[in-house]
Amino acid sequence: MKILETHNLTKHFDGVYAVNGLDIAFEQGAITGIIGPNGSGKSTLTNLLTGIFGFNHGTVMVEGVTLKKISAYKLPAFGITRTFQEVRLFEQMTILDNILVTLTSRHVFSSLFETHSKLHLKQAQEILEKIGLWEKKNQLAHNLSYGQRKLLEIGRVLAMDAKIILLDEPFAGLFAEMIKVIVKIIEELKQQGKTLVLIEHNMELIRELCDYLYVMDEGKLLAEGKPAGVLSEKKVVEAYLGE
Amino acid sequence: MPAYLIHLAILFSIYAILALSLNLIFGYTGLMSLAHAAFFGIGAYTVAILTTRYNFNFLSATLAGIIAAIILAALIGFVLSKFKGDYYTLGSLGFNFIIFATMLNLQNLTNGPLGIPGIPRPNFFGLDSSIDFNFLLLSTCCLLLVYLICRFIVNSSFGRALKAIREDEQALEIFGYNVRNFKFLVFVISAGLAAIAGSLFACFITYIDPTTFGSNESVFLWSIIILGGLANLRGSLLGALFLILLPEALRFVGFPENVAAQMRQLVYGLLLVILMMYRPQGLMGEYKL
Repeated sequence: MKILETHNLTKHFDGVYAVNGLDIAFEQGAITGIIGPNGSGKSTLTNLLTGIFGFNHGTVMVEGVTLKKISAYKLPAFGITRTFQEVRLFEQMTILDNILVTLTSRHVFSSLFETHSKLHLKQAQEILEKIGLWEKKNQLAHNLSYGQRKLLEIGRVLAMDAKIILLDEPFAGLFAEMIKVIVKIIEELKQQGKTLVLIEHNMELIRELCDYLYVMDEGKLLAEGKPAGVLSEKKVVEAYLGE
Repeated sequence: MPAYLIHLAILFSIYAILALSLNLIFGYTGLMSLAHAAFFGIGAYTVAILTTRYNFNFLSATLAGIIAAIILAALIGFVLSKFKGDYYTLGSLGFNFIIFATMLNLQNLTNGPLGIPGIPRPNFFGLDSSIDFNFLLLSTCCLLLVYLICRFIVNSSFGRALKAIREDEQALEIFGYNVRNFKFLVFVISAGLAAIAGSLFACFITYIDPTTFGSNESVFLWSIIILGGLANLRGSLLGALFLILLPEALRFVGFPENVAAQMRQLVYGLLLVILMMYRPQGLMGEYKL
């Protein structure tokens, strides 16, 4: 069953097409990879799907509901969350607050009369222990190392408990041990029935993790299918590796 | 307590209220508003007009001032909450200009550049606040109330969301926050609190004119909270204390009265430059610009 689909999705910046008439779909409970050379439109697609950019044409369908416009703040209502290519933490807030802000009330008035409950704190502790940051909970986020920053961003995703998770280059710049931790988390999320969209340049991880793969080039879909087959297609190798 | 110190303590309490309320939008939410002096003025003018012309008592006039500030803040806040960064600052500065021009030119209501004299000191709980010490009790109670309101706000989930808006409002939206609503509400609350300071100021000085509520005053309020520390309530108190006492200290080191007044502006400007270079979070701040 398709949980997230795009139909003729188009985005241009001053006439330059970043995403051009894209029709793709994401299977529920699967890990779908998106690869492509730099500038192929992968991150723009993620930004369109999460309301960071508005799209010029086309529609997005989430669990059968057609959307012509996406407001970022309504994403949790559709069960969608994401990470960013460049990690975007709340830098001058504590690590604990970075998690709590994803757990507490979003309503402007009710949030005034709430701090956080014991349940919120327990949930935050579980998540921070899982990513190994509980001991640092009172440190400011900007004091974390690059890898820990990536983990905290994943931690916020876990706290959101969303059905659809878009991960924009979650392994970029990480050393092997840290990659193992994130791979384990991704596999657990899949076991929980989450739908994952993985934008990644590491082909080994794409092969290892993804059930299905889309290849983008110049804002369009170049190829799709099972990773093993797609990655051996000549046009993919040419576009991606320039060979 | 000598009358001179009481006078300074009252001024401190008024500016501390302004600093606390500005810190909510600037320090905690990261919205560099230059409109704060306008709300200070709206509170002051509402109380001045209602008490001198319509015989309102202090409490009802102050409530009217708060409501007036809230209504105007809601109108401008609806527009401003769409903006961030430089656009927000410029938009808020424009609003301060509009209010300043209104105070200056709506002569039938505000008496224009001549200002409004003879604003009565309030009587409350049988205390005559024409005695400065009694007024100090009133202004200190107001300061305590505003401090508790601000502490309640910043310790709530709402306060946590404000800080997250300051850090990355787009990322916060991804987590389901309609940040415009948060920016709007904190702006309105902050304006209402600034109006309390305006009311106290009008009744304390017993005379107001538009020059106190121009954009220079907003910059002075920036100086207070940047010096004391952004996103720190006690820092706002410290900043207010320091900058209220500074001109007096200059006077004591031997500068003539008129030179001390000019030096005040120079020192405020210099302080901001030095702080930005060496301690952008201010003395007690939790947030670096």
